[in-house]
Amino acid sequence: MKCQHCEKPATFHITELIEPDGPKVLHLCEEHARGFLSQEAPTPMASVASALAKQLKLGQTKEELAELDRKACPVCGITFYEFRNAGRLGCPYDYTHFQKDLEPLLSNIHDSLEHQGKRPKRAAPSADRQAQAIQLRREMDEAVEREDYERASEVRDLLRDLETGDADPSDSSSTEEG
Amino acid sequence: MLQNEKLDELAARCGEWLKGTGPESDIVISSRIRLARNLGDFPFIRRCTPEDRQAIERTVSSRMEKLEGWEDVRYVNVAEVSELDRQFLVERQLISRELADAEGARAVAIDPSEQFSVMINEEDHLRLQVMHSGLDLTKAWDQINHLDDLLEGVINYAVHPKYGYLTACPTNVGTGLRVSVMMHLPALVITHQIDKVFRSLQKISVTVRGLYGEGSQFTGDFYQVSNQITLGKSEQELVEQVGEVVPVLIDYERRARQFLIDQSEQDLHDDVSRALGILCTAKKISSDETMHYLSKVRMGVNLGLIDSVPVKKINELFIHTQPGHLQKLHGRLLSSSDRNVQRASYLHDHLTQ
Ligand SMILES: [Zn+2]
Ligand SMILES: [Zn+2]
Repeated sequence: MKCQHCEKPATFHITELIEPDGPKVLHLCEEHARGFLSQEAPTPMASVASALAKQLKLGQTKEELAELDRKACPVCGITFYEFRNAGRLGCPYDYTHFQKDLEPLLSNIHDSLEHQGKRPKRAAPSADRQAQAIQLRREMDEAVEREDYERASEVRDLLRDLETGDADPSDSSSTEEG
Repeated sequence: MLQNEKLDELAARCGEWLKGTGPESDIVISSRIRLARNLGDFPFIRRCTPEDRQAIERTVSSRMEKLEGWEDVRYVNVAEVSELDRQFLVERQLISRELADAEGARAVAIDPSEQFSVMINEEDHLRLQVMHSGLDLTKAWDQINHLDDLLEGVINYAVHPKYGYLTACPTNVGTGLRVSVMMHLPALVITHQIDKVFRSLQKISVTVRGLYGEGSQFTGDFYQVSNQITLGKSEQELVEQVGEVVPVLIDYERRARQFLIDQSEQDLHDDVSRALGILCTAKKISSDETMHYLSKVRMGVNLGLIDSVPVKKINELFIHTQPGHLQKLHGRLLSSSDRNVQRASYLHDHLTQ
């Protein structure tokens, strides 16, 4: 058998296990096998892109995808398009805001949608509260920028209250404090 | 914590994972586990302003400062150290290339024995890493789990009731856990059996990749086995998944080594001895060439064909002959051709004493 990239005999038959469509066998000469194996692990962008491609194959139309691309997170402002291109999300709230759109993706990548591992022992702040903190931080930066130090220090206090944490009405599960 | 201590003293030392000890250390170089974590009330790195990055770095460092038993942990402000120091930390696998090349506030906390490090402001706000010599995944997991408990006691992580720990990239969400076992498989490469090995792993969800060294310079003989998914299985299950594959690979490699000895012990002996000869006598040698011959010598030592060099020494040479280390040990920046001369003399000195 010849190498897929040149005329030399294929001495390496590499099974690539990371393809979303399952294992893929490559037949390569030693030189091309080396080149192939020296590539970095697939980038987040590549895995996200291939998972999305699969999603598209499974019935999402181009128009639906275009509409999804325009959707933006109210907290950090990232659009789905931007995420899709970079392979990285903008803030923790994206998992809540884009939940419906991320789930097919997660299930393509992990074949699962439910975390089974450890969890922090103390109750984490709710997604809404975290979103609020991120927004306040942004507001504080903006206040500093326009030299409105009074507002900045007000926001800083609000942030501190939020951080020290007893004032979250939505979070009734936290039994112990500190 | 020790702030921005000089790294020179680290350079001359040999980190825990290079010891060449631990179970199966003739074939398994190191066992590494990392956890990706993010602070709940900040955007992910991609959407962080420079001020956000600074606030994250300060928040995390001030909280780590108060942790018990962290008096000797070294805190390196990666943004402030020299390019050479960053290169050195990458070669030592204490930070990633991505962190070294990033911009803005970023740092790493390193424990004195170099068993764990915590990167701040990498792709995720926090990347915890534990590394051991040889195959020791259970110990590595216990240690990183403890480290994680310690940090979550003082930091509000971003967690979702359904998806677990939230990460910047959905490929890491859930456990945020990546187990990587670095293996030395020269006999499988020489005998062209590596393809068979990959085929045998088809059904198991692990990834096998060849890599090593500067950036990820490939030498043909080093392979990294890691878990593919992070969501839907517990940390223990993911660790086990990788842990089950490794002995299979070890077995293949041992059989291939035995095969080489049975077939032509003299040829093999000749080959590894020549490799040692070149390393001892060359006057100029590149990083690539060094890796190539060191790999052969390492196998020769493990097979008892060479008895003049301990494995620990060879493991050390893999790291100490890389550009960053070489320059740090030499005490100044060197051009590429000066490095080749320096590398040859370093090898000569350390292999012929
Ligand atoms: Zn080829
Ligand atoms: Zn967002």
